[in-house]
Amino acid sequence: MRNPLSDKVIGIKPSGIRKFFDIAAEMDDVISLGVGEPDFDTPWHIRDEGIWSLEKGRTFYTSNSGLIELRREIVNYMKRSQGLDYDPKKQVIITVGGSEGIDIALRAMINPGDEVIIPQPSYVSYEPCAILADAKPVIIELKAENEFRLTAEELRAAITEKTKILILPFPNNPTGAIMEKKDLEAIVPILIENDIYVISDEIYGELTYKDKHVSIATLPGMQERTILINGFSKAYAMTGWRLGYACGPENIITQMVKIHQFAIMCAPTTSQYAAVEALKNGDEDVALMRDSYNQRRRFLMNAFREMGLSCFEPFGAFYVFPCIREFGMSSDDFAMKLLEEEKLAVVPGNAFGDCGDGFIRISYAYSIEKLKTAMDKLGEFISRRR
Amino acid sequence: MREKILAIIEKDSRISIRDLSVRLGEDELQVANELKAMEEEGVICGYHTMIDWEKTSIEKVTALIEVRITPTRGQGFDNLAERIYKYPEVTSVYLISGGFDLLITLEGRSLKEVSSFVSHKLSTMEGVLSTATHFILKKYKDHGTILDRKFEDHRELITP
Repeated sequence: MRNPLSDKVIGIKPSGIRKFFDIAAEMDDVISLGVGEPDFDTPWHIRDEGIWSLEKGRTFYTSNSGLIELRREIVNYMKRSQGLDYDPKKQVIITVGGSEGIDIALRAMINPGDEVIIPQPSYVSYEPCAILADAKPVIIELKAENEFRLTAEELRAAITEKTKILILPFPNNPTGAIMEKKDLEAIVPILIENDIYVISDEIYGELTYKDKHVSIATLPGMQERTILINGFSKAYAMTGWRLGYACGPENIITQMVKIHQFAIMCAPTTSQYAAVEALKNGDEDVALMRDSYNQRRRFLMNAFREMGLSCFEPFGAFYVFPCIREFGMSSDDFAMKLLEEEKLAVVPGNAFGDCGDGFIRISYAYSIEKLKTAMDKLGEFISRRR
Repeated sequence: MREKILAIIEKDSRISIRDLSVRLGEDELQVANELKAMEEEGVICGYHTMIDWEKTSIEKVTALIEVRITPTRGQGFDNLAERIYKYPEVTSVYLISGGFDLLITLEGRSLKEVSSFVSHKLSTMEGVLSTATHFILKKYKDHGTILDRKFEDHRELITP
C-alpha cells in the first residue's frame, strides 16, 4: 500500500503537552495546575439562554458568518471596550473558538513561502497552523528580562522581504505577559513601514490586572491591517461551547468566511444564542472573575517570593511563568520530577516553544485552597533541591 | 478597600489578615486597621459559621413565620419587633413590604417547641394580628452557599 499520509502533516511535531498529560492521567490524586481554562462554570444566565434556545427549537444552521444578532453584539462590545468600529455584516465572522479564527485567517492570507512571525513562548497552535497554511514560521524568542513583551528591535531583526504577517499573542499564554499601549506604539511604525499584517490573538483581553487591555487595532493605521481574534472561552468561562470570532478588513473576512463555510458551515447555534446573552448581560460576571483571578495571581506571586523562586510579575491571562534554571534541570525534567515526587502537575515551558525551556507554566484557574496545597508541595520540592 | 475586604470575608471570615492583604495587594497594617474600624463602626457585626445541621445528630427545626402586626404610635413596628427578637430562639426578624409586616426565623428542637412558641408567646403578644408558620423541610442554598454541593473538577488534567 502507498503511504496514505501527507508529508506536511507528518512534519508537524505533536504538542509536547500530550505526552505529559498521558503520564499524569495514569497517576492517582494528582494536583494539577496545568489547565488552560477557567475553573468557573459558565454563568447561569448564559447557560439558561442556551437551554432556552434549545427549548424554542433554535437547532438549525445559522448563516455562515454567524447570527447577525451576535455579530451586532460583538460590534457593540468592540465599540464600548476598544472604541473600534466594525460593520457587523462585512467585518465580523463567528468561529469555532478563537483557534479556528487563527487557522482561517492564516489560510486566507498566506501564499506559499510567505513568512509569518510568531513570538514565543506562545500558544501551541500558531506554528502548526502557519505550516499547514504553507507559510514559513519565523520565531522570535521573547525574553524574561523584557517581561516577555515583544520589542521593536526583536521585531525588526525578524523581518525579511517575505514577511507578511505578525501573530501578536497578548495577553499571553503561557507567560501572562501583556503589551501595553507604549509597547504597541513602539512596534506599529515598523509594521506599517514594512507593510505587515497582524493577527492579534486577544482571547485573554478581558483578563488584565493593570490597565485595561489595549488592542493594536486601535492605533492609527492599524485597524486596516489587523485581524482581531477573540472569543468567549476565557472571559465568560465558555471553553466547551467552542465559540470565538474575528473582526477585520472586509476583503480578508470575506475570504475567511469562504473557508469557514466549506470547512465548518457555521459555529454551533446553541453557543451563539448563549453568547448573545454573555455580551448583553455578562460584564459583571467578567469583572467578578477577573477580580478573583487577580487575588490568586497576587497569592502566587507572594508564594514565589517567600520560596525565593524568581518570576517576573505577569499582568494578564491566568498564568505565571516562573524560572527554574537555578535547579539545573530542563523544564521537562523539572515538571516530571515534580509530578513523580509531589504529584503536582505543571506544564513545562518548552511546550510553548524552545525558548520556554527553563520555565514552567502555572495556571491560577484554581481555588485559593487548591493553590495553597500546591504551593506547599512546590515549596517542599524546591527546598529539597537547594 | 472596604468593599473588597468585605467581599472576601463575607465568604471566608477565617482568612488571616496576612492572607487578606496578599490577596488584595494592600499593606497588612492598613488592612488590619480597616477591619478594626469596621468592627467598631458595626459594619462587621459578627463572624459566623455556616453549619449544615442535617449532617449532625442534633435535632433542629427551622420555621419562617409571617406576622401581621399593628404599628404603635410613635414607634411604628420597632417596639414589637424588639419584643420578638429578644427571644433567643428567634434567629432573625425582618420588616417586610407586602401582605404582612414581619418575617421571623425561628429555631427550635422540635415541631412542638416551635408551635408552642407561636401559640403561646407570639400570637398572644399585644399588637400581633395574625401569624402564618412555614416549616423548612430542606435547605438547598443558604447565604449564597449550595449546601450539598460536591466540588468536582471536570476539566482535563492538562490542557494548552
